Amino acid sequence: MALRRRGSVQSYPDVPVDLWVTCRKCGGMHYRPEFEAALRVCPSCNYHDRLDAAERIALLLDDPDQFQEIDADITAADPLEFSRPSGSYVGRVAKARALTSRNEAIVCGVGPLQGRQVALGVMEFGFIAGSMGSATGEKITRLFEHALRHRLPVITVTASGGARQDEGLFALMQMARTTAAAARLGEAGVPHICVMADPTLAGVTASFAAIADIIIGEPGATIRFAGSRVVQGTLRRRAPVEDHTTEWVLRQGMIDLVVPRRDLRETLARVIGHLAPAHVAAPAPIAARAARV
Amino acid sequence: MLEFERDLDELRDHIAELERDAGADSNSHVARELAVLQLELEARTADIFAHLTPWQRVQLARHPQRPHTQDYIDRLCSDFTELHGDRRYADDPSVIAGLATFQGRSVIVVGHQKGRSTSENVERNFGMAHPEGFRKALRLFDMAERFGRPVLTFLDTPGASPTLDDEKRGQSWAIAENMARLARLRVPVIVTVIGEGGSGGALALGVGDRVLMLEHAIYSVASPEAAAAIIWRDSDHAEAAAAALRLTAPDLLHAGLIDRVVPEPDGGAHRDFDIAAANLRAQLAPMLQELCAQNIDDLVNARYAKFRAMGEHQNVPAG
Repeated sequence: MALRRRGSVQSYPDVPVDLWVTCRKCGGMHYRPEFEAALRVCPSCNYHDRLDAAERIALLLDDPDQFQEIDADITAADPLEFSRPSGSYVGRVAKARALTSRNEAIVCGVGPLQGRQVALGVMEFGFIAGSMGSATGEKITRLFEHALRHRLPVITVTASGGARQDEGLFALMQMARTTAAAARLGEAGVPHICVMADPTLAGVTASFAAIADIIIGEPGATIRFAGSRVVQGTLRRRAPVEDHTTEWVLRQGMIDLVVPRRDLRETLARVIGHLAPAHVAAPAPIAARAARV
Repeated sequence: MLEFERDLDELRDHIAELERDAGADSNSHVARELAVLQLELEARTADIFAHLTPWQRVQLARHPQRPHTQDYIDRLCSDFTELHGDRRYADDPSVIAGLATFQGRSVIVVGHQKGRSTSENVERNFGMAHPEGFRKALRLFDMAERFGRPVLTFLDTPGASPTLDDEKRGQSWAIAENMARLARLRVPVIVTVIGEGGSGGALALGVGDRVLMLEHAIYSVASPEAAAAIIWRDSDHAEAAAAALRLTAPDLLHAGLIDRVVPEPDGGAHRDFDIAAANLRAQLAPMLQELCAQNIDDLVNARYAKFRAMGEHQNVPAG
């Protein structure tokens, strides 16, 4: 039986549905309950499989029920009235919304991480490859502005194919817009930690993600500027086959550390604790505020 | 020469021939015919340029004879002193930068630089900057702020260089750091797209208080070839991508993503560098004066608001 080495995680057709998964990186076959228990980390190659936003939020926060989502109703417009041979942009957005039950390619909100309120933005790769359009940029910018106002440490988790082509220059400008908002966090001394998950590409790598105070890579993720199709379209030659993995980018000196998924929450809490001691940044408890009045 | 320019060029040749034949002899018959042909040339040029397709604009924006950053600096500034290197790795010839005088004011100028000949284009990597090119720009942005000098940038690139070596040296990081710096720079910044504004490589020099575009310049999320490769999975659909991306100056002015369109001389900027530069100066000069008179905190806040407003989204009705 031919196995796809890459592509979506899939089950074998002749075994009970969903009982086995194949690693999209090495093609290794794993018993699903064990794979899930290992936080979807491949026991053979250590590839950290993609998580959707809900799974990621559950992984990072103390209690996902305490996650307060903000701007959930923001969704894409269609400024160019754009259409591909495979369908209209409006249609693609509608499909993505149905598929992910999200209105955009990022989920933003606040919630507790080891007892500490943080602003959290998690990209939803299942939504048009996590691409950044105007609405995505609007949500990221609002998250940064919210964090700045309330002096909340920010965690972003990126998983994106880059700028959303269907919005033309509007999409490109989201790079400038989100980067400008991230730069203001830096001026104000509000820490921004970016977790680059698989894949982090192009317009997202080269904007708010790259200027985070601390950049954490997930093992085995692809992190790069130019996707292979862009290289081919621009240079008219085949893209280099080298793997632009987290480990490779770390060796080049571009990210701070590689953290296994099981240690991610603890690591985030620790570095945030160093950059922004909780007693300064945390909003006063309601009771204490009331007492002061 | 571009295909749609060929007819015009034949007519131009014909006029030149008549002029040569006529010589010093101011025969009124020849003079009259020349005048008629001149009018026809103007009318046909106007007609073609009034109905340019997006792909024709892409071709004009990339015209091998089109004025590049150096040509504008030579005409706009009186004493350009080019400064080299990023003090980290290398000097990147695909970005030129330096000190100059514009309208009696010391300014920092930075721009992508394409070549004209093949060998020059190889040296300048076709205007595709490496990380060290962006870091040279960053070094000069820092200097501009330190000495309170305004910045003029010129955009003309198919995109940032996308090779493995560029990845190794952190192309994404170089671009992001430039955008972040420009977004907060405490001096006025005016951006002009003179030819090709290609993707992140353009935006790395493209965050400013005002964004101008030459009439036949283009500005796009990706080059039409790259966009076609992403969308159609085949870069041969570049022409269709050019139309779909709305990358022309009039379209982008309409979308509110740029501030001004700078008119080009008849037949395009490559027909007359001096007029192209004079038209740009006419817009840049009062604009720079106005920006330099503003309070710097207000200016930086306004710059943030300007880019903050770029984007169109909608809200899903509750329920």
